[in-house]
Amino acid sequence: MNSTRIAVTPGRFHGGLKLDGHRKLATGKPIASLPLSERYYLWLEQHHGPAALPCVAVGDRILGGQIVAAQEGRPGTAIHSPTSGIVADFQDLPAPTAQMSSAHMLVIESDGEDRACHEFGAITDWENAAPESLTERIAQSGIVGLGGAVFATGAKIGRAAANVTLILNGAECEPYISCDDGLMRERADSIITGARILLRALGSKDCLVAIERDKPEAIAAMETAIRDAGDERLRLERIFSLYPAGGERQLIEALTGRQVPRGGLPQDIGLVCLNVGTAAAVGRAVCRGQPLTSRITTVTGPALVAPGNFDVRIGTPIRELVAAAGGCNDPSARLIMGGPMMGVPLQDDRVPVVKAMNCLLVLPANELSDGQNQRPCIRCGDCAEVCPARLLPQQMYWELRDERFEPAREFGLDACIECGCCDVVCPSHLPLTQYFRWGKSQLHKQFIEHERAEHARQRFEARNARLEKQKAERQARLAAKREALEKARSDSGRRAAIDEIMARKKRAADENNEPGQSE
Amino acid sequence: MLRVLLALCPATLAHIWFFGPGLAFNMAIAVTACVGGEALILRLRQRPVGPALGDLSAVVTGVLLAFCLPPLTPWWITVCGGVFAIVFAKQLYGGLGFNPFNPAMAGYAVVLISFPVEMTRWLAPRELTETVPGVFSSLKSVLTGKPPGAASWDGMTMATPLDFAKTEIARLQTMPEIRADAMFGDFAGLGWEWIANWVAIGGIWLIYKGVIRWHIPVTMLATLGLCAFIFWVADPGKFGSPGFHVFGGAAMLGAFFIATDPVSAATTTRGRVIYAAGIGLLTYVIRTWGGYPDGVAFAVLLMNLCVPLIDRYTRPRIYGDGN
Repeated sequence: MNSTRIAVTPGRFHGGLKLDGHRKLATGKPIASLPLSERYYLWLEQHHGPAALPCVAVGDRILGGQIVAAQEGRPGTAIHSPTSGIVADFQDLPAPTAQMSSAHMLVIESDGEDRACHEFGAITDWENAAPESLTERIAQSGIVGLGGAVFATGAKIGRAAANVTLILNGAECEPYISCDDGLMRERADSIITGARILLRALGSKDCLVAIERDKPEAIAAMETAIRDAGDERLRLERIFSLYPAGGERQLIEALTGRQVPRGGLPQDIGLVCLNVGTAAAVGRAVCRGQPLTSRITTVTGPALVAPGNFDVRIGTPIRELVAAAGGCNDPSARLIMGGPMMGVPLQDDRVPVVKAMNCLLVLPANELSDGQNQRPCIRCGDCAEVCPARLLPQQMYWELRDERFEPAREFGLDACIECGCCDVVCPSHLPLTQYFRWGKSQLHKQFIEHERAEHARQRFEARNARLEKQKAERQARLAAKREALEKARSDSGRRAAIDEIMARKKRAADENNEPGQSE
Repeated sequence: MLRVLLALCPATLAHIWFFGPGLAFNMAIAVTACVGGEALILRLRQRPVGPALGDLSAVVTGVLLAFCLPPLTPWWITVCGGVFAIVFAKQLYGGLGFNPFNPAMAGYAVVLISFPVEMTRWLAPRELTETVPGVFSSLKSVLTGKPPGAASWDGMTMATPLDFAKTEIARLQTMPEIRADAMFGDFAGLGWEWIANWVAIGGIWLIYKGVIRWHIPVTMLATLGLCAFIFWVADPGKFGSPGFHVFGGAAMLGAFFIATDPVSAATTTRGRVIYAAGIGLLTYVIRTWGGYPDGVAFAVLLMNLCVPLIDRYTRPRIYGDGN
């Protein structure tokens, strides 16, 4: 066994749930493409980190793949135009967030020609290219983690130490979602090419591809692709299917038996974890010079006529996805970005596809909890049994219900991965994860306020210290002056004599005055 | 909660078989008192009454309380226990989920201390008496507080095996001598041990159904059995056998149905083991050296007090928090 290889010790993570996958809905037919849209809407904050900065003006003619908003700060990401056309507008439009807050978006009107800009050439000889040039290309191409974290892949690779083990996450554990499954079945070689490029960029010799056992077609396709590539650095590992096996931390525990330190990153234990979709995007960016302007999205749900996996351009309004899936036959159905466990409910069907959108789920209203049958927590502890982070959700809930954020933090609120297992098992139907999200946001708010207060306090203290210092300096100057004066006085004999005479005179005057005063 | 009630059915029937239908009346009275008390307080607190009664927790409290009372307990005592359990031990703390003490045990402890004479009026089990009270005489006795028919209380009640053993040991009898008494069966006493068996079967069914977890009953009974074993081995003349303790008194009921109340028990797995071990230990201590023949209720209440502390020191190691 090669010593650079990480030992695979198949284990289990704590808790988790066996959930009905509902994946067959979408994996029955090949990945389909959507017709060109008339307009694309690019959200400037669709990745982790600062919003991208638009670098085109309204009216500009642009080509597909051209950068329309540049990376702003780290770990930001650039955004590329999904097709050729005209920059039509900057508009506040509904964003794919739970709060239905609108966000500034770049509107691109397609010219129907779909011409690409070829701004970046293909790096065909990537096997011999400098690792830095590969990382740079990945960063330029706007690639972010497509599993949902949307963290800039270039930045992730850039800060990884040499000799890390790359883990490709093909464990797609949430019900209904099958975009990675579809991708692995149909485009396994582009994933494997991407993985090999990533190994070169990382300077790593070890790659684990993790797929859940209940995806035999994907496993077969990936095995073939690995064999065809003839690369011994790649190993395929089957893991048992249990939600949330696809969670980065749970996957790492299941594969290696090790845990990512709390508040830390996988690279702290020598691992870099990327989604298989991200690897495929890397493959395209390097081998074909195509930036990230599309992704595979599962459009599914019992309310859709023809669910499936679709290759969609970033910025497509989601109602076109619903239309592509045959339309919705339930007018009361709700739209969810992501899966039923961790997904974000969308309030508007004009919301555009973003890089994070692995799934658009259309669920009938009766399959969603309406929060009506909530009952008091009886501390049964079922939630703690299934919590993959080994938390005590019942205790955090107890604290948060009374808005005691600090005690909730002490119970490990920050370690909650919001997987929603506790919600599923709670016999009192409490929306625990909602409480935890809210608690985290409140703690974050408090932290920011505290930082701000701290900053103000420091400024105030610095000002006081400055004033004190100035005062001290002034006094020191005065003292020095006085001292110099005294010294000058005592130095001069003549001065001393005059002083003595003056003093004598004064004394005499005082003596003369005194009787007069007493009269 | 419905399944908890179902699990108690066999033991209820056994109890009625051995001691007459008094338990059924006690249950009806206690459940009425508990449900009525709950509804009243919810009304006063301006909370919806329907859902809180629908969870059947007040019914379970009433049933468990009734299980602890002698079969012909006068109705006002049962009402006192039920009202105290629900109004003081549960609703005044905020209702279901907020009560630090097991309501049924709090209610039982209050009537045990307040009505010590009535609380010792246990009837002789079927095997030891020709006259198990009938339906009407039981009802009349419960409603009037007078012994059924022309009998006197002394004539028809007798000490429970635990009580008997305790008094006799105090009179320097040895355990084998005590156990030679007709009231003792295979383990713990005629009638009693079979009620305990049915309680255990109901409890095991609850574990099988996933309503309760095994940690608390197994740990409590094991601790009680172990304590009994140690002293019994050291001096079998002076101390009851493990079987006597585990199958006697309220040990089974406490282990499967009372200590497992999730609201007043520890909430971490390790915490529950400690909590249950504490109950087992305290039960043994109270039975052997305390002032009461059985100690389950006080042991549960004392361990309820320790729950916040136990929960504090038994938090599981969070993912990623070192090894």
